[in-house]
Amino acid sequence: MKSAVLVFPGINRERDMARTLKLVSGVEPAMVWHAETELPAGTDLVVVPGGFSYGDYLRCGAIAARAPIMDAVRAFAARGGLVLGVCNGFQILCESGLLPGVLMRNTRLKFICHDAFLRVERSDTPFTRGYNAGQVIRVPVAHGEGNYIADDETIKRIEGEGRVLFRYCAPDGTLGDGSNINGSINAIAGIVSEGGNVAGMMPHPENHVESIVGSTDGRGLFVGLVSQFGKAA
Amino acid sequence: MSVAESGKTLRNEPKITPELVAEHGLKPDEYQRILDLIGREPTLTELGIFSAMWNEHCSYKSSKVHLRGLPTDAPWVIQGPGENAGVIDIGDGLAVVFKMESHNHPSYIEPYQGATTGVGGILRDVFTMGARPIAALNALSFGDPKHPKTRHLVSGVVAGIGGYGNSFGVPTVGGQTRFHTRYDGNILVNAMAVGLARADKIFYAAASGVGMPIVYLGSKTGRDGIHGASMASAEFDDDSEEKRPTVQVGDPFAEKLLLEACLEIMEKDCVIAIQDMGAAGLTCSAVEMGAKGDLGVTLDLEKVPTREAGMSGYEMMLSESQERMLMVLKPEKEKEAEDIFRKWGLDFAIVGETTPTKRFLIRHHGETLADLPIKELGDEAPVYNRPFVETPKKPVIDAKDVTPPLSNADALLKLIGAPDLCSKRWLWEQYDHIIGGNTVQRPGGDAAVVRVEDGPKGLAMTCDVTPRYCEADPFEGGKQAVAEAYRNLSAVGATPLAITDNLNFGNPERPEIMGQFVGCVRGISAACKALDFPVVSGNVSLYNETNGRAILPTPSIGGVGVLADFTRSASIAFKNDGDAVLLIGETTGWLGQSVYLRDVCGREEGAPPPVDLAVERRHGEFVRKLIGEGRVTAVHDLADGGLAVALAEMAMASGLGATLDAPQGAAAHADWFGEDQARYVVTAKPDDVAAVVEAARVAGVAVQAIGRVGGKAITLGNEKPVAVADLAKRFESWLPDYMAGTIEH
Repeated sequence: MKSAVLVFPGINRERDMARTLKLVSGVEPAMVWHAETELPAGTDLVVVPGGFSYGDYLRCGAIAARAPIMDAVRAFAARGGLVLGVCNGFQILCESGLLPGVLMRNTRLKFICHDAFLRVERSDTPFTRGYNAGQVIRVPVAHGEGNYIADDETIKRIEGEGRVLFRYCAPDGTLGDGSNINGSINAIAGIVSEGGNVAGMMPHPENHVESIVGSTDGRGLFVGLVSQFGKAA
Repeated sequence: MSVAESGKTLRNEPKITPELVAEHGLKPDEYQRILDLIGREPTLTELGIFSAMWNEHCSYKSSKVHLRGLPTDAPWVIQGPGENAGVIDIGDGLAVVFKMESHNHPSYIEPYQGATTGVGGILRDVFTMGARPIAALNALSFGDPKHPKTRHLVSGVVAGIGGYGNSFGVPTVGGQTRFHTRYDGNILVNAMAVGLARADKIFYAAASGVGMPIVYLGSKTGRDGIHGASMASAEFDDDSEEKRPTVQVGDPFAEKLLLEACLEIMEKDCVIAIQDMGAAGLTCSAVEMGAKGDLGVTLDLEKVPTREAGMSGYEMMLSESQERMLMVLKPEKEKEAEDIFRKWGLDFAIVGETTPTKRFLIRHHGETLADLPIKELGDEAPVYNRPFVETPKKPVIDAKDVTPPLSNADALLKLIGAPDLCSKRWLWEQYDHIIGGNTVQRPGGDAAVVRVEDGPKGLAMTCDVTPRYCEADPFEGGKQAVAEAYRNLSAVGATPLAITDNLNFGNPERPEIMGQFVGCVRGISAACKALDFPVVSGNVSLYNETNGRAILPTPSIGGVGVLADFTRSASIAFKNDGDAVLLIGETTGWLGQSVYLRDVCGREEGAPPPVDLAVERRHGEFVRKLIGEGRVTAVHDLADGGLAVALAEMAMASGLGATLDAPQGAAAHADWFGEDQARYVVTAKPDDVAAVVEAARVAGVAVQAIGRVGGKAITLGNEKPVAVADLAKRFESWLPDYMAGTIEH
């Protein structure tokens, strides 16, 4: 699997993401600077990592969404290429129109960093094929603006088309206000695009791939992606 | 007009009056010293430069003579105090760069920005030396929870620390937080940063070579923070809030860009010398680069990138705008370095050059604003051997004279939910503590553990001090702060290597405050020597007083240790039902200055527990050996709240309870809550107990089997069992409830 990790000024989890991609796929990803206008030839997967692109000063992801490289990403996605956005990456994908909705301040108005439980809603996408539907995974979150919202019409469509990939839940998989850590509508933690090839999520699966630093529950996402492309690079 | 040594004429407008001298925080005799040094009346810009260089914050004039006694050497020390940060060798060609620094005064006036710029400043100190920051910690002291400003200050400081560190992208992995009325008008925000570098790629401040370009990098210069360092060198009064404009504003995004750009040009070998612009900005950084390199520096201020038009040279020299660096570049690499900075969207301007004259020459549009001897600016700063009186010894409190007002079980419940001992989760969950993917032990244990690159090495870090001990007996308190850092590192299995010290005290012009300072520094020095634990960096913050009332003496110690294999680090959580609980160290039931005496009995009294440094060392080495050999399943050091609190913390971290034997002596409360030093609780599988006891006997270490892990409650001898869930509820609820305003005082 040949992956490209986008680097915007202020992004800060690109190294975590690159390390995990290397660890799971065995292939060093290409780091692609925001001012580039093309993705490396033969890219299988584009990853928009977490951080604070442009300091999150205007609105999270809003400036990065207009960076030169994003035209290439939009074209790549239009051709059916796989794009994954994590945390600030999710926000950037929403701002760039590749995913619907927006991420607002957490309901408690504070940055939160802790492990969260996620229920995997379906296992038949390239992003979740490493899991079973209904499986509960534990991965960390680290964000101040993760409260997913969209207009009623859009939510209805997303839900109707089964495009929610992950929801915040209790350890046993049940949903409720107590486990909906940031107030997202329907406890949505991650979604996929209409075409099924662009996914965004707030939690950080890339930080839970080694048991010694937490857990390996995030690994499934990357293992699934690798298997999508076969073992070969 | 007056004529400088160089023959240039200087314009003396305005005239320097005694009022102007006083406004610059300089005493009449200090001004006389300036006149004697330069042989003429200084210009206003020169007066500003002297005030910046000679204030307490930059010159260490009250502390210098005492700091000289601190041990700063060891075979693994690459750089001791005097640079931006200390550097130690951790083997495999790697070095750890670290320092702790205070941002107390600004954080009280404007908590969010004060804290952010504190974090920003210390991160810059670390990456200036060529290290990528891999961890941040902080030691916070707030006023009485009942004080009307405390909640606002906690909220602002925590948001500020998170706001900066999270955006910059460094994991904030540990620290300590306390509340005491003596910090009511003067909180302490001590920020520590730890970075990783190649041992052969460390960058220093000393310039070398004549005619080398001096480059200004980073954000533009504005009018913020002018005289910030002078503010940090004065006491507070009721009008202190008017100083808000002297607090700088942090921009973590700019700092992140500066980090990446600096590391990139260091990688390309463009840099001769580098110095961050911290306190006293351009003045301090340029003087240090020149003075350390035995060179003069000429700056042409019209070339300095400014945020607003019409800034005077005086303002530019004293601005403390953040996220700026000064660098001496290899001339042939100028273009390459500039391209890197432009790529990151940062300002890059050649603002001057090194000269052979050893003069600090400041020009603005061709006019000479300052022409001063560069070495004397630092070297000739006043040094004071201020009078001090030793703190009188406090009586030792006999446990038999302390009547327990509560059952021990109830006392434990009370203590575990008290402001100082309760969980600080509310704070650290607002800090990204996992970015980097290397956080092996998250906040809440004895020391944070971070994997070094891809392992197997690990780094352990901790912040410690017990201010009430320091006030009761500065010497023992100073020793204890270092010993506790040593113990916390040992408790995770790390070999303690070095410390950074952040010495926070009141007004040094008062002999009793100076006595606290001298006593604590002597104690720190004694402990560092005995434990082979040198000081490699530090910071002194004096004048922490409001309306004449000083803070508790608070010498925060940041300790760093290394683990050969991070996967073998020990943690505080009980692991298995049936494990034996062993107490290492002697228990006398020392209640003087204990949290029990203060929070349960309402008495802040007595002598603090004495620290036997030889025993600390022996016990630390023994515990590290047990951990290295895999003979123990959990380890916790004993500190505030003593044995019972340590056991409760081990239980809450795991959900497992324990049943403990009743103590032999008459004063059980003293055994459960006394704060005797050099102690640890470890757990071991039943089959390993005999071997541990035998190893202890051979090593000359006191060890005692005191109970067994199991069940869902802690049972202290004959006391009623306390459910772990009840403990956890109290432990976790105080801080969130307090911050939500739902606690009745």
